[in-house]
Amino acid sequence: MEKVKNKASKNGKASQTKHPKERYQFWFENMLLMRRFEEKAGQLYGQQKIKGFCHLYIGQEACASGAVSASIKGDKWITAYRDHGLPLALGSEPNALMAELFAKATGCSKGKGGSMHFFDKEVNFLGGHGIVGAQVPMGAGIAFSEKYNKTGKVCFCYMGDGAVRQGAFHEALNMAMNWKLPVIFVIENNGYAMGTSVQRTSNVTELYKLGSAFDMPSEAVNGMSPEAIHDAFYEAAERARRGEGPTLLELRTYRYKGHSMSDPAKYRTKEELEDYKNQDPIEHVRGVLLENGWATELELETIESKIKDIVNASVTFAEESPFPTADEVYKDVYAEADYPYIID
Amino acid sequence: MQEEMRMDPRVYLMGEEVAQYNGAYKVSQGMLDEFGPERIIDTPIAELGFAGIGVGSAMNGLKPIIEFMTFNFSLVAIDQVINSAAKVMSMSGGQYGCPIVFRGPTGNAGMLSSQHSQNFENWFANTAGLKVVVPSNPYDAKGLLKSSIRDNDPVIFMESELMYGDKGEVPEGEYVIPIGKADIKKQGTDVTLVSFGKMMKVALGAAEELAKEGISAEVIDLRSVRPIDYTTVVESVKKTNRLVVIEEAWPLASISSEISYHVQRYAFDYLDAPVHRVTSLDVPLPYAPTLIEAILPNVEKTVKAAKAVLYRN
Repeated sequence: MEKVKNKASKNGKASQTKHPKERYQFWFENMLLMRRFEEKAGQLYGQQKIKGFCHLYIGQEACASGAVSASIKGDKWITAYRDHGLPLALGSEPNALMAELFAKATGCSKGKGGSMHFFDKEVNFLGGHGIVGAQVPMGAGIAFSEKYNKTGKVCFCYMGDGAVRQGAFHEALNMAMNWKLPVIFVIENNGYAMGTSVQRTSNVTELYKLGSAFDMPSEAVNGMSPEAIHDAFYEAAERARRGEGPTLLELRTYRYKGHSMSDPAKYRTKEELEDYKNQDPIEHVRGVLLENGWATELELETIESKIKDIVNASVTFAEESPFPTADEVYKDVYAEADYPYIID
Repeated sequence: MQEEMRMDPRVYLMGEEVAQYNGAYKVSQGMLDEFGPERIIDTPIAELGFAGIGVGSAMNGLKPIIEFMTFNFSLVAIDQVINSAAKVMSMSGGQYGCPIVFRGPTGNAGMLSSQHSQNFENWFANTAGLKVVVPSNPYDAKGLLKSSIRDNDPVIFMESELMYGDKGEVPEGEYVIPIGKADIKKQGTDVTLVSFGKMMKVALGAAEELAKEGISAEVIDLRSVRPIDYTTVVESVKKTNRLVVIEEAWPLASISSEISYHVQRYAFDYLDAPVHRVTSLDVPLPYAPTLIEAILPNVEKTVKAAKAVLYRN
């Protein structure tokens, strides 16, 4: 969609006038929805209304919003288990996502996936995957089918910094580059693979450089800047659409919370966290909207209030929805309707 | 494969040496020439990676055939088979399926030692979400492979290097054999022999030997080990009252133990003897031919087991 290339955004310090007002409005509302949804999810997890594992995205919202604004309809998306943000950014129903966290039949995955396995075909979100790095070759495969069918669509394949140490990552990047698959590999580098810092897992800590092993165009991007992310994604997607193959983007971002709800994150300092909070993407976008006179405080408060209502409504919807009944046990395992399960 | 690829443009073949080399065992001979490099795709030696690419493409509308040069090498890719292909339909609440065929040879293939001589039919069969097909002759191989390619679920299709040279009647025309239906390869009355894949030769060979001694063996080819056609087995046991299962895998948690469980559960009152089985011995398969001979199931061991359940010497 975006035709104007924003040179200034390379280092994440976008000249605020290069991106239109509507895009900032989209980013603001989009990121705020993720933030408030996740804050609520964290709160409900504390109340044990949400069970299982729960990995929050708070702090990393720009990585989703900046990407969505640079994509076109029909592009495909896949990520790992920190997967609440992307479908929200893509426009999934918050009700269905919250209901999934509550393990309800009305959830996006019918209560069968939970926090780690959001899927939404409506917005071309091919999931939330729980084995670190496994979604990387799958993302290449999604792109393979787009190329096979000559659709002009691309796959945005997300992963954390932990995934780049898996063999699957290296095998997938190698084939994707060799075959010029239309895939954008996105590392959301939040600095920690669970509790282990990037520095402790390899001598190569500038993760985008891993792409050079496959002659793949690669770039580090300020992951707190929706402008920088938008521009990098747009450029990478255009390259893929032209048939020139994949790109590796390393988004340098930060998760404000622990790895999962059970992680107090004692392996990092308060100063480090504060430093990133000072670069908060939502606050940044709010500032741009106000400074340029594109929104008033009152208008932003109205948006805040609308999002609060959406999130609260999703909780009500989830709480009032039924759990899946036992007759669901033998559904959605096989495409074959009358598969003969072993029933003793 | 060629017939199915002519009919369905979504079907493609990917694996090591499948294209320019014409297949490590020449299974895909001539296919690159017919279908071109977009549909017959050589990969680097990266089973995990290309299995995952297959899975992703299947979720997104294609029907890949992923060839493992042997299923021994599938172990580095098993994450994609078990955690991705078999799970995606359930995890997504039915939104995304994975219509994919993983195929290649299984089991021993001569003197190749331990890493190239293993059977994982029972490993894959253990996992809900998969189907596991193991043909025993050329006719079945064609009909079952066509069904597997058309199937909308992930199918593990296990062949044998030792059977690629087998000759048998294969009609040119169109036919399919449904997955999950066993085939009674030989009718009999005194004892039931159940097997699948390459070991069907052992079972049929044993039936011939037994016939010379006046023993009438019924020989059942399971054709698939997920799902298993228990009904055909149980009905046969109700007739013969005796059962021997022949399987190339190791004994623990095998298809033979599964069949034995099922038969004791559903045909207990019909059994005139405990179920016996002939499997590989409980060790890795070494290089030396004498050791291979001692370890693998064969006709002689099967005849002995059949006589044991008949209480004959």
